[in-house]
Amino acid sequence: MDFLRKKIDKLKPQFTKGGKFEKLQSVFEGFEAFLFVSDKVTSKGSHIRDSIDLKRTMTVVIIALVPALLFGCYNTGLQHFRSVGTDPALFQAFWFGFIKLLPLIIVSYVVGLGIEFIAAQIRGHEINEGYLVTGLLIPLIMPIDVPLWMLALAVAFSVILGKEVFGGTGMNVFNPALLARAFIFFSYPGWMTGDNVWTEGLTKGVNVIDGYSGATPLSMLATGDVSNLPSFMQMFVGTIPGSVGETSVIAILIGAAILLITGVGSWKIMLSVFAGGIGMGLLLNAVSVNEYMELPFYYHLAMGGFAFGAVFMATDPVSGAQTERGKWIYGFLIGVLSVLIRVLNPAYPEGVMLAILLMNVFAPLIDYYVVQANIKRRLKRAKVTLNTGVK
Amino acid sequence: MSNQEKEPILSAKNLKLLTEPLGRNNPITVQVLGICSALAVTVKLKPALVMALSVMIVTGFSNLIIASLRKFIPDRIRIIVQLVVIATMVILVDQFLKAYVFDVSKQLSVFVGLIITNCIIMGRLEAFAMANKPWPSFLDGIGNGAGYGLILVIVAFFRELLGSGTIFGYPVLERLGIYGTGYENNGMTILPPMALIIVGLIIWVQRSRDKSLVEKK
Repeated sequence: MDFLRKKIDKLKPQFTKGGKFEKLQSVFEGFEAFLFVSDKVTSKGSHIRDSIDLKRTMTVVIIALVPALLFGCYNTGLQHFRSVGTDPALFQAFWFGFIKLLPLIIVSYVVGLGIEFIAAQIRGHEINEGYLVTGLLIPLIMPIDVPLWMLALAVAFSVILGKEVFGGTGMNVFNPALLARAFIFFSYPGWMTGDNVWTEGLTKGVNVIDGYSGATPLSMLATGDVSNLPSFMQMFVGTIPGSVGETSVIAILIGAAILLITGVGSWKIMLSVFAGGIGMGLLLNAVSVNEYMELPFYYHLAMGGFAFGAVFMATDPVSGAQTERGKWIYGFLIGVLSVLIRVLNPAYPEGVMLAILLMNVFAPLIDYYVVQANIKRRLKRAKVTLNTGVK
Repeated sequence: MSNQEKEPILSAKNLKLLTEPLGRNNPITVQVLGICSALAVTVKLKPALVMALSVMIVTGFSNLIIASLRKFIPDRIRIIVQLVVIATMVILVDQFLKAYVFDVSKQLSVFVGLIITNCIIMGRLEAFAMANKPWPSFLDGIGNGAGYGLILVIVAFFRELLGSGTIFGYPVLERLGIYGTGYENNGMTILPPMALIIVGLIIWVQRSRDKSLVEKK
């Protein structure tokens, strides 16, 4: 450690103002703060210190994502081996999936962090950790077979146009990870919908055995193929085709527990998203004019990206609602809209992404009305006391 | 008065009327007018170009006519008079397009008729033609129409190239063999949101090159 410290101190003058690499100051600071605690101290005023800063918060989310990531690796391998008709050992499946997922993660981080570093240099800001979570979320919500250049383009789109133009980390209107997914969904629909993209190798069609279908439960339902639907238990455990990290509800619930115990994720948003989904599911059950509507409401919570979206996307503290009452409304509407889009709009089999992006837009409006209502209520109370005072 | 009449046809002042809307006073990127049709007709270059020319002609000639009539138009009914002039011009353009480029006219469909409601034209009539002589007004109209058209063509160029892989219908990317490398056309560029994003990017580039356009905080 002493050795590193000395090296950094020796390099430092070159990166400060007037030094040789003045322009790369924030890169240097980024690395220094990554290795050591920043030596900057505030000089004036009183400050509240909390050990939970942005970096620690992000680390907790990364840890919470690990179960979904590990299961995603395993399931990617499992689905592939099933499609060629073999039954893999646990580690064999995991390793196969890991090797396939690694390029996606690398591309996501290299492109995203690259842009963040450049943007920080241009602005003279320090480098933020905001992309650390986004960079891992993006591969987890992609189909495993997505071409890498498309992924790179989507990451560039979401980081530049979804985040940097609004002012960088903490200023974005939309969830950047979902924006990347939406970009591919609308730009290259062939790679984000259909039955072949969710299992590695199916698009190339090599050695695929007869009778294997790569269809996700949602696309089965959208095409009215209800009889082949996997059981609720299969969906809950997650051994079904789908985006890398979204299939296993168990893994996601472990992540949710980590987020809730550490207080990083909002339990209000999570709970209300599920409540909204259940409410809408029950309502559709009551109407039930077709097979999709008759589907038991709890299926919706386990299918597709509902759980993943509720736990990791809706709880994004930047793009979600900020006020406590606003969080209930925000989350509930996400749940309602997700199920509504799924069932009633056959063009979009997965509604969670669109529902969260839509509510991201409305979050500031919800907050505005919650704050205004609060002001009005308190003004009223003030008036009442004034009246009694006059009496 | 006599001094002004000697002014050359394309004096520096008049030239400025023509060129300024192309750059630092562009109707779309600076005044943010006429956005709706910029999103609608820019999927392909050919209709965008035809639309650009149509708007140029309509703005130019309605400016000319209104500027010639400006002393006789009663102030209280000026909007109605302006509308009649614009509508006449639009119908002429529409009939012309139907007669000579029927396929493009069909693609543009309702948007030729909707030139009447294009804010740029009404804006130029109110802001310029009502207070200036016919010749400068005509130049101002042509300039603003061209400024609108320029952005339309730039947006359409990117949307057609990235969305369909063609330029004026010629399959450029296919001839270059780019699809062989696994490249695919971007479906989102065909949808209206991407037109808005491209207009936004043009505004971004323009403002970073010309800092005087950036509002002071």
